[in-house]
Order: sequence, then C-alpha cells, then structure tokens
Amino acid sequence: MSRRIVILTSLMFFIASSVAADRSAPEELKDLYFGEALYCAYQGDWFDSIARLDIELAQHHGLDEPQRDTLYYHINQAEFAVGDFELAYRMHHRAGRAIKRVIEGNVEEPVRNEAIYRLARIYFQKDQPVNALHAVERIRGDVPERIRYDLAFLRAHILMANGRFVEAAEILQRLQGVKSLEGFSTYNLGIALMKDGKVQEGRQCLDRAGQISSKDPATMAIKDKSNLVFGTKLLEEHHFESAKQVLDRVRLAGPFSNRALLGAGWTDAFEERFDRALVPWSILVDREVTDAAVQEAMLAVPYAYGKLNVHSKAAVLYGSALERFGTEIDKLGESIKSIREGHFLKALVREELKQDANWVIKLRRLPQTPETYYLLELMASHDFQESLKNYLDLEQLRQKLQAWEGDLDAFEEIIERRRAYYHPLLPAIDREFRLLDSQMRLRLEQRDRIEKRLKVMLVVPNPDYLATSKERIISENINRLESNLTAGGAVMSTAIAARIDRLRGILKWNIYTDYDRRFTEAHKHLQDLNSEIELLKKQYTAFVRTRQAATQSYQGYGDTIRRQRILIREAHEKVGQLMARQGHMLELMAVNELSKRRDRLAEFQIKARFAMADSYDRATRAQAQERVER
Amino acid sequence: MRCWLKAIFLGISMFGLSLAAYGQEVSREQIKGLDEQVQEIKSDVLRIAAELHQLEEKLLYPSNTQVAVFVSLANDTTFRLDSVEIQLSGKPVAHHIYTFKELEALQKGGVQRIYTGNIRTGAHDLQVIITGKSAGGADIQKTDRFMVKKDVGPKIVELSLATNSIALKE
Repeated sequence: MSRRIVILTSLMFFIASSVAADRSAPEELKDLYFGEALYCAYQGDWFDSIARLDIELAQHHGLDEPQRDTLYYHINQAEFAVGDFELAYRMHHRAGRAIKRVIEGNVEEPVRNEAIYRLARIYFQKDQPVNALHAVERIRGDVPERIRYDLAFLRAHILMANGRFVEAAEILQRLQGVKSLEGFSTYNLGIALMKDGKVQEGRQCLDRAGQISSKDPATMAIKDKSNLVFGTKLLEEHHFESAKQVLDRVRLAGPFSNRALLGAGWTDAFEERFDRALVPWSILVDREVTDAAVQEAMLAVPYAYGKLNVHSKAAVLYGSALERFGTEIDKLGESIKSIREGHFLKALVREELKQDANWVIKLRRLPQTPETYYLLELMASHDFQESLKNYLDLEQLRQKLQAWEGDLDAFEEIIERRRAYYHPLLPAIDREFRLLDSQMRLRLEQRDRIEKRLKVMLVVPNPDYLATSKERIISENINRLESNLTAGGAVMSTAIAARIDRLRGILKWNIYTDYDRRFTEAHKHLQDLNSEIELLKKQYTAFVRTRQAATQSYQGYGDTIRRQRILIREAHEKVGQLMARQGHMLELMAVNELSKRRDRLAEFQIKARFAMADSYDRATRAQAQERVER
Repeated sequence: MRCWLKAIFLGISMFGLSLAAYGQEVSREQIKGLDEQVQEIKSDVLRIAAELHQLEEKLLYPSNTQVAVFVSLANDTTFRLDSVEIQLSGKPVAHHIYTFKELEALQKGGVQRIYTGNIRTGAHDLQVIITGKSAGGADIQKTDRFMVKKDVGPKIVELSLATNSIALKE
C-alpha cells in the first residue's frame, strides 16, 4: 500500500515533466515528415504521430544509404520521439522496446543514459519498481544536464518504492535547493524519513514543505497536501493545537480544502470548543453536497449545536441533513441505474466532450448522464484514468477501422473504374507503340552508324561520304550519260570524254575542297540530332512510365486489399470485444464507487435520524424544564 | 457521545485514504491484463495503418505524379495564423482554418501537411494566400506566387510562413 502511495504521489510530477522535456522540435528541421509527426504529437494525436514516424523510420532503416536520407539528421531524436509517443499513447511495451533499441545501439554515453532514464520511468509508472531499480542502476558516466535532477528524483522514488528509504532520503536531501522540484523533494524527503523511523525529522520536512511560497499550481498543491497529511497525523495523535495551525495553512480554494476544513473543525471539537468548530464546518456545509467531507460536515454542524445545548437548531439541521441525504441517495440510485443502462459509456465517447479540457465538468450538464459529481475523485484516480483512456482509445480505433473499411470500398471502386477505362484502350495503344518503337530503333541505328563513320573519318578522311545529295545525283547522271554513250561498244568522242572528265573533276574538286567545312557541319548536325534523340528518349521513357502507371493503377491490388480487409475485420472484432470488457470494467468501478457512497449516506441517514430524535427529546425536555423553572 | 464523534472522525480519515482503493471487484491484475491486450490491439492497428498508408500512396498518389505541400511557421513568427489557402495551377486545392491546438503545434515547430495530390511533370504555378492577425491585432492578408517544377519523383514543397513573408523551400 505504502509503495502505491509513493508511486501515485510522484506520478503526476513525472507525467508533467515528461511532457515538457521530451518532445521539442529540432533547431533546424530537415525532414518534413518527422515535422509532421511532431505536429500530430503536439496536438495529442498520438496514434497518427506514431503511425507517421513508424513509416518514416521503417523507410529510413530500409535504405541502402540512410546517410543520404533527410531523417538521418534527426535519427536519434526520432527514435526517442517514437518511444515518447508510444509512452504517451500508453503503449509501454512498445515504448520500452523502442528505448531498449536506443540503449543497445551505437550511441554516445549521455544518449544511452537518457534512454535508460526513460526506460526506468516507464517501469516505475507501470508499477514495476524492481525493474526500474535494475534499469536506473545501469546508468554510468555522463548524464545530460537537463535530466540530471529529474533522474535523481526518479532514483529516489524508485528506492522508496523498493523500501530503501535511507538511500532515498540521502538523494532527496541533495535535491532540496532545486527550484523545479520545490515542494516535491521536501514532501518526499519527509515521507522517506518517517518511513525510515526518523519521525521527528520527517515531520520537520512536511512542516517545511507546508510553508513554501510559490505561484506554481503544482507546488501549491503539494504544499496543501503536505499540510493536510501532517495536520491529519497531528490530529490523530491528539496534538490539536498544532494540528489546527497546520490545517489552517491549506488554501480555501485548493483541492484539499474540504478535508482540511473538516479536520480543522475536529481539532476544536476534540478540545470541546464547539463554537469555534462551527466556523470551518459552516463554511464547508455550503459547498458541493456530493463531497464526502461536506456530507460529514452536515452531521458535524448539528452535533456541535447539540453540544452547545442549542438542541432545537440541532434537530432542525439534522432534519435538513436527513432530507438532503435522502435526495442524494435517490440521485445515486438513479445514477447507478443510468450506468447499468449504458448511458455512462455513451456519454464518455460523445464527440463534443473531447473538444473540451473540462469535459468532466461538462459531462454533468448533459442530459441522461449519471451523477458525475460523485465520480470526480474516482475519475481522478490513476487506474480509472488509465482504463478510461484505454476505452476512449479503443473507441478511436473502432472509428478508424470503420472508416478504413469504407476506404477499401472506395479503393476497389477506383480500381474498377480505372480498369474499365484503361483496359479497352491499352491494346490499341500498345500496337501503335510497337510500330513507333521499331521505327525509333531503326533511326537510332542509323544515327549510330553516322556517328561511327564520322569517327573513322577523323582518322581516315573520306570526302565522298560528305557529298551532298545533289552532287550524288549529278555524279550518277554523269555515270549514266557515260554508259549510254558507250553502250553496245560505241566509242565516245574525245571532246565528250574530256567534258565528262571535266565535270567529274569539278564535282570532285568541290567535294574535296569543301571537305573540312562539310565535316565540321556534319558534326554540328550530329550534335543537333543527339539533342533531338535525347528528347525522343525522354518522351519514350515518359510514355513507358505512363503506360506502366496505367497498368499499375488497377493491377496487383487485389491480394493486398483482401488481406487488409481480413486484418481490419479481425481487429474490428477484437476492438469490439475489448471495448465491451473495458466498458464493463469502467461501469463496475463507477457503480462500486457510487454504491459505496450510497451505503455511506444510508449509514449517515440512520445516524442523523437517531440524532434528530435525540435532539428533539432534548429540546422538548429543555423547554419543559424552562416552563417548570418559569 | 464522544465515542460516536470519534467513530465519525475515523470514518472521515479512512474514507479519505480508501478513495484510492475503490472497487474491490476490479482487481489490479484485471486492469493490467486488459491494458496489455489494449496495447496489443493498438500495435495491430498501427501495423494496419502503415500498410494502408502504403496502399493509399501507391494507389492515389503514385510517386511520378505526387506533390505534397507542407506548412511551417518561421522561428521569429509573432503573428497569429488564421487560414491558409493553396492554389495549384490556378485551381484551389487546399483551404485550412487553424484551431488553437493546430496553431500551437505549428508554433512549437511542427509541420502540417496541408495538401497531397497529383500533378504532371513540368512547371506549375503555386499561389499561397494567408490570413491572420499581427501582434498588434491588425488584420493580415498576404498572397504570394511561386513556380514549382515537378520532375519524375515525388515533389515536396515547404511553405515557411513568417510575419512579413512566405518562403518556399524545395
């Protein structure tokens, strides 16, 4: 029991500190998808933040050269972040595994130590103090400055949870001057010392924690708690004066105010100073009637009046208390019925509540919801909170799975439409493509041949290759003319033969003298052709890609979608079963709490009834006595 | 009567302590056991989410046409962002009005993916219209145009919003 109290008192501190410390964005963000995961996390959307970061990390680890990936610059932070998000999403097993991966990885000492610190914190929060101790004992060497004090504080708590109060007190003693732990360290030191048997020193610490001044709400709450614990202890030991002084330090508007007012009244009542006891109790009875201390005060006030011999007033007040107890018992009965009818669970998952930080308060105002005033303390308890969060998470999963089933239907429709569009078109496109493809290949071969020839001409010049088409035609005409003239063995006249030779000579002269210019131009044309070919290749690749994309847009999804459907259906069923069990557990907790409060009120009712009768008797006797005396 | 008073007082003290140990019918083992099963199903659903995401990317946003536009706030930003509108090649593709939580997430360094879609390769006109309020409370409306060049791979664009400017990072 004491271990649980230690864990519960420190849990709030660690949860608050973990939120602040762990999820800051990098100075210079290089990976936008990591930034997106942080964006989800900063809004408390843990599922999406984990899902996004998981995908990013899986892609990063699957790369051949991860150092070229933008996540490489944030990889350590991303590994930590995924653990943090999982922790916030209450996936302690996975968070633990993620952090263990960091510990076992090739990381520097401060990084490893921070990871061990986080792992220890997970164990501690999950009520596994022995594992937490083993983890924290592995921390050696350099610890990052920003977690130095938090680590020491956690170590102290773990030691306390393992019953090693002397060591815990030593650590807490060293933390006394740390501003961020103000109040918490002193309060816990007091508890550790008292557990170690050093009661006097422990009380001094609680007394000191009860006198700190701060504007921080958490520090003020621990201050109130110290005073309430210390004051109650003094009251139990019958140090009434001291108890009153300590209990009077509790703020009137704080969360411990009602119990402190009640206790303060009792310190005077035990000293038979009932008129003074009435001061805090009278404040208390006007407060929220569902609070246990207020209900107690409703009996205590008439009791004090009775002790002051104002029996008639006492009888009236007992009567009023009786009436209010009756109303509350009826309300509790209605609430229990409402919970059993499932209204509580329906109210918990209402969308409008999730938008509001004060949703518990809002819950009260909604119609058909159970009496949540009585559940406030239960709702603030760790186990109920965890169960409730699990229930809400399950509801979120249920909604996601339901939406995904719809998505798969839409995907199938898209695929079918694409198939209906592309399937008839593609054969004709393919036929035309094959034709163009063969033409293209032919041209490419021609280009290669030209290139090869030009390369050879660099070494062995061959002007004939660069003759223009006109020159080729003229050359062929001359040849034809010559063969016509010599056909059938005829002899060509010398003058004509000389003219033909001259024509050939002119042709050759032109070709040979213009060779260099033509050769340069041919290279220039080849370069132009190359750029055209490049464009052609790009278009060709674009076409191939588009053609491939057209097929891929509707082919090969069948198995994946079928598999996803099965997985989603199975998960949906499991979520439904778990929701039913978790919901039943929440209902049971709520019904137990309300039944306990109802039984207690019934007990009060009996006491009030007897006390009222007694007060009437006394009042009647007093009046009779008065008449006799008169 | 004194005994009765003590009984009530003890009742108070015990009641205060017993609040943490409510509901005897629900044991810690039961809570723990169920919690572990909830953790398991969360893992399963996260795995489904990852596979579904891959399927969605492949089916709806293939890499050769994919474009993603992200929005971030520059470090020195003091204005309050109210909305962002994106037009791609003259067509409005995204319009987002920010909630307080979203704005806070951006201010902490988070990056919002405001649009994922498909475009052809080549140059595209990207128009960004933002509205908000300055630190002094004056209305701000700013429009900027950018040229985005889409190649074969997925195109990722970041719009970094500052008090006086919108910067495009590719």
